[in-house]
Amino acid sequence: MHWARDAHEHNEIVYNILAEHKVKSLVKSKSMLTEECNTRVFLQNRSIQVTETDLGERIQQLHDQPPVHIAAPAWNKTNEDVAKLFAENFGSDPNNTDTAYLAGEMRKHTRPLLEKADAGMTGANFVVAESGAIVTVTNEGNADISANAPKLRICSAGIEKVIPKNEHLAVFIRLLARSAVGERITQYTSHFIAPRRDGEMHMVLVDNGRSERLGMDNFWQSLKCIRCDACMNTCPVYRRGGGLSYGSTYMGPIGIIMMPTFDVRRYSELPFSSTLNGSCTNVCPVNINIHEQIYAWREVMEEKHQIQFVKKEAMMVADKVLSHPHLYRTATSVAETALGTLPRVALYNCLKTWGKTP
Amino acid sequence: MGTREQILEKVRASGRQFVPLPRIPNFAGDPHDLSEKFESALKMVAGSVVRVPPKDFDQFLRETFPNAKTIYSTAPEVRGNLRVEDIGEWSNASQIDVTIVRSPLGVAETGSVLLSEKELLVNAIGLFAHDIIILLDRKEIVPDIHAAYQHPHFRDRAYAVLMSGPSGTGDIGGKTVHPAQGVMTLMVIYWPTTITNSESV
Repeated sequence: MHWARDAHEHNEIVYNILAEHKVKSLVKSKSMLTEECNTRVFLQNRSIQVTETDLGERIQQLHDQPPVHIAAPAWNKTNEDVAKLFAENFGSDPNNTDTAYLAGEMRKHTRPLLEKADAGMTGANFVVAESGAIVTVTNEGNADISANAPKLRICSAGIEKVIPKNEHLAVFIRLLARSAVGERITQYTSHFIAPRRDGEMHMVLVDNGRSERLGMDNFWQSLKCIRCDACMNTCPVYRRGGGLSYGSTYMGPIGIIMMPTFDVRRYSELPFSSTLNGSCTNVCPVNINIHEQIYAWREVMEEKHQIQFVKKEAMMVADKVLSHPHLYRTATSVAETALGTLPRVALYNCLKTWGKTP
Repeated sequence: MGTREQILEKVRASGRQFVPLPRIPNFAGDPHDLSEKFESALKMVAGSVVRVPPKDFDQFLRETFPNAKTIYSTAPEVRGNLRVEDIGEWSNASQIDVTIVRSPLGVAETGSVLLSEKELLVNAIGLFAHDIIILLDRKEIVPDIHAAYQHPHFRDRAYAVLMSGPSGTGDIGGKTVHPAQGVMTLMVIYWPTTITNSESV
């Protein structure tokens, strides 16, 4: 059992365990906490080969991109993109875009790495206080593989993941898959209380700002998040912008309210990436008042003078237009005319983000 | 003060009030013949069901898995051709074509079966074997996940998994396909328990 105050301490603890066991290759299952702590890069810089076992994470790893979605990290890619990526890395057929074929190629090329790995690392969806169980929820079984194939296993989890008893776990298990992917349960719902017979298991509980967030009257409820992603699936901004546009570990509505707690200056713009329509709050299975927190963060940014001058001026103009119906109607009809008459190059050019060629 | 105490002290100092633990209601519906509900849920996750134990299991295996060569069984009712000593390192479980285990519990709500290191012996077989067959006594099917979590495996076992159909993934293009990295197919055979109660849990 280990405790880490912050990301760096977490990474040091993990590295020390691996170094003590002379680990050269590590397989890991999906863990947003390790994304938060940038653990993979930390370990790779210390000559430990890290292979992501979740299909989506592996795709992003091969493409050197961060995850764009919590449950499905590679949803920004089409089958064609994945076929091309796998052809470059696995030597598979670049013209075969069939999903089952691509999943099969992942299986074929990852299985040997899983079998030979010196150690496995997982996150935890929940940790049960009553039994001491680490609970992982996957469709692929890759957390189980990471935990059972190698003899050394490390699990990292944020302190907010701890829940009281198995009877409460039942509630969360029934909520998670339904809210995340519309299924009643995922293929492998696994519970680990002890290592395999001849193995070793280490648990790292991480704070990294969570205990501080617990003290924030307006924002502590974000700690209830079970990472189902229903909020971002419904968010009109996320659906059009995608996960990478947030530039943060956690994306979508939940990302907006969590990221400023890590770095209020760096993520000062995020609370403005919202229409405040409230759909996120509506769908959240654990009743986080997401859109209210987004608004509260805007007030914080204003108080802390984190809003850029240009944005402030733009918001003042928008305030005037939106609070005067006549002005609003004039502005929209002018814009409509402009869209119809301006040359294409004025609307779609490299100065505007939506005009850049992908 | 150690790190643990520092973190716990910060949690205590956060000002959040303790609330009593909520009482979880009993959601169990009609307990009669859950097997139909179980089968329907299992089919939704691409599993299959055989309702009666095959009279000649070897022939059944040959017909269902004609290419299978290595059969590893931990179920007392059925014998395979591989022993646990032959597997050696758990990562060698990939050599198993078909693995047969007995599960002590099925869940009607989700089509899940419960397995632990007691039934698996080598935990990795539930992941690395090509195909898995699970023997399940119909009487051991409970209505829902709430009932399932009352099973002692969730307190006593180092590893306990609720397996719901073969492995799958929806990570490419949002379309769910089976299989993914774990077992390719999952089949449940209704097979009454023949050993006594004291040995079965």
